[in-house]
Amino acid sequence: MTIRAQIGMVLNLDKCIGCHTCSVTCKNVWTNREGVEYAWFNNVETKPGIGYPKDWENQKRWKGGWKRRKDGKIEPRIGAKWRVLANIFANPDLPEIDDYYEPFTFDYGHLQNAPLSRAFPTARPRSAITGERMEKIEWGPNWEEILGGEFEKRSKDYNFEGVQKEIYGQFENTFMMYLPRLCEHCLNPTCVASCPSGAIYKREEDGIVLIDQDKCRGWRMCISGCPYKKIYYNWSSGKSEKCTFCFPRIEAGMPTVCSETCVGRIRYLGVLLYDSDAIEKAASTPNEKDLYQAQLDLFLDPNDPEVAARARADGVPETWIEAAKRSPVYKMAMEWKVAFPLHPEYRTLPMVWYVPPLSPIQSAAEAGKMALDGDMPDVRSLRIPLKYLANLLTAGDEEPVAKALETMLAMRAYMRAKTVDGVTDEAIAQKVGLGAHQIEEMYRIMAIANYEDRFVIPTSHRELGEDAYDLRGSCGFSFGNGCSGGDSTASLFGGAKQRKARNPMEIV
Amino acid sequence: MFEHVNYAVFGLYPYLCLTVFLAGSLIRFDREQYSWKSYSSQLLRGRQLLWGSNLFHVGILVILLGHMGGLLTPIWIWDFLGVSHGAKQLLAMIVGGIAGVACFIGLTLLLHRRLFDARIRKTSKPSDIAVLVILYAQLILGLATIPVSAGHLDGEEMVKLMSWAQAIVTFQPGAADHVANVHPIFRAHLFLGMTIFLIFPFTRLVHVWSAPVWYLGRRGYQIVRTKRSPAERA
Repeated sequence: MTIRAQIGMVLNLDKCIGCHTCSVTCKNVWTNREGVEYAWFNNVETKPGIGYPKDWENQKRWKGGWKRRKDGKIEPRIGAKWRVLANIFANPDLPEIDDYYEPFTFDYGHLQNAPLSRAFPTARPRSAITGERMEKIEWGPNWEEILGGEFEKRSKDYNFEGVQKEIYGQFENTFMMYLPRLCEHCLNPTCVASCPSGAIYKREEDGIVLIDQDKCRGWRMCISGCPYKKIYYNWSSGKSEKCTFCFPRIEAGMPTVCSETCVGRIRYLGVLLYDSDAIEKAASTPNEKDLYQAQLDLFLDPNDPEVAARARADGVPETWIEAAKRSPVYKMAMEWKVAFPLHPEYRTLPMVWYVPPLSPIQSAAEAGKMALDGDMPDVRSLRIPLKYLANLLTAGDEEPVAKALETMLAMRAYMRAKTVDGVTDEAIAQKVGLGAHQIEEMYRIMAIANYEDRFVIPTSHRELGEDAYDLRGSCGFSFGNGCSGGDSTASLFGGAKQRKARNPMEIV
Repeated sequence: MFEHVNYAVFGLYPYLCLTVFLAGSLIRFDREQYSWKSYSSQLLRGRQLLWGSNLFHVGILVILLGHMGGLLTPIWIWDFLGVSHGAKQLLAMIVGGIAGVACFIGLTLLLHRRLFDARIRKTSKPSDIAVLVILYAQLILGLATIPVSAGHLDGEEMVKLMSWAQAIVTFQPGAADHVANVHPIFRAHLFLGMTIFLIFPFTRLVHVWSAPVWYLGRRGYQIVRTKRSPAERA
């Protein structure tokens, strides 16, 4: 056993209002540059829907994630190493930019410069790639917002597998949810595995998966490898880029930009301790439905003195072990079992987890459309959202999702009894296998969600790995090449350079 | 006068090109890692690239290996193996011809895409287009040598080219004399070929150096980087 620590994230979908603040703040910080206009390291999808890029969950089409071979070993779905190299000249599984959307801007200047005319001037769209006029925008970063577009298209949502189409067609009147997505910073990332250059790596000290911009050669296999389609090819710089988990902030003990700015306070960041030697075995679990449990088994209890001693011996700093004990992520994933990984069947062991939304159950209950189990709505009588959520979060296993929803309903019932009726009803807590104390802690962390309860982030210990004397006077964060912008200004073929990849420091 | 020009182009120019090629690549690799990439445009337009890029790359790799093996393998090895000059020339014409045609089709698709697809054209640097045009010209010159070679199948012309290349890489004086009286089309092909070496470090061609064959030998799949020193980890 070798213990490593990672900062994981939980998103409480029950509280997501779909405001896109996370996406916009992330965009402004990280992808507000030429070449990645189309890229959203964080985006919010309305579900049911095919998402961004189109149909990303359909791995028969995009071949992301891992597949388990007959001999019990796993390999990337795009193929073994020789297969990956054989596709290097033209990757047959690469999405085209239209699968995301063609980025556009508008002729805003025309509003000011238009000559006097009888018609009000308009700002017409223009492609951000070619600069040419776009007559009609056919798709955008969030085309399905609040169930926009035809149902026919949205119904291709992969999570409807195992649900009859007529039934979910009727059901979409009452069922809608938001799904904010970012890089999962997986324990078993396929992007890392499929990078021929070895440019993508996982950081030992905090589990963040990064692309070495100096080492990336633009072979673009990672884009296919990642089943969440969260690696983006920068067409201007010719390198792949991805969510960095805002590592400069995390290192300083600050939450990621998306978490910090989340209006609904749905995001949680905390340390998880896990056994890094058992990753491959967990990812190779034969039955897809057991992958959720297999990943839970990787996580270790920081309150166990033996685990803490082992972690210390393996080089996990003391502050990190302390943070792990107070980790909201550990509590939601391990203690209360209300958070789940996104599509565990991809075998990537993702580390951004989701609390399923109660809203479809609640709204159906209020409309009197479902059975009651005592005072609480009977979650299990609502088959479709349950199946849908299970397809999204537990590879189709409905039981853990049903239990989580019941736990959340129990929390509501318990707290209502306590604050409205002034009664402490221990029975409600016991029904879902928790004590009154645990329910109240759940309420504090999930409902009240104070800043210090949501974000328990120990600062990184740079003094262990870096020599400050060597670093003095260096340029800090940049896109490769040290302080150079990455391109020489002279061009062999004369004339002015058309463009230059600009890093965030230069824009500031 | 001819002698001087011949000496400059086939005796000195090769060393200029090779020096820039090697030193330039090394300096760029050392100083400008961020600019070292294949510069793929597949994301913007996949159409035409699947066939174009595969045909082009497979073709040009065969041609490249053929040129290296054919030009630089010492003549005595061929004699020792009992391969006559004529047979070797025929082999080069057939293999090179097939690979050349594949490469030609691929390159035509790629050049057409780069020039006439608005998305690709607008996002191309001048050097992206220049590289394709130069390679296209060189390929056509190369293919055009096949009918010339077919005119004399004894392999003597080829031996002159081999002697020149081997004299250059082994720093023999008088290398230029070997190719003083070969067919002009070979001389044009040689000149443009050397020029490709010259521009190599300044273009996207540098990605050839980084062909990730090492990937096949990577143990396992995952890569973890640590900031801790090896002593600490022990």
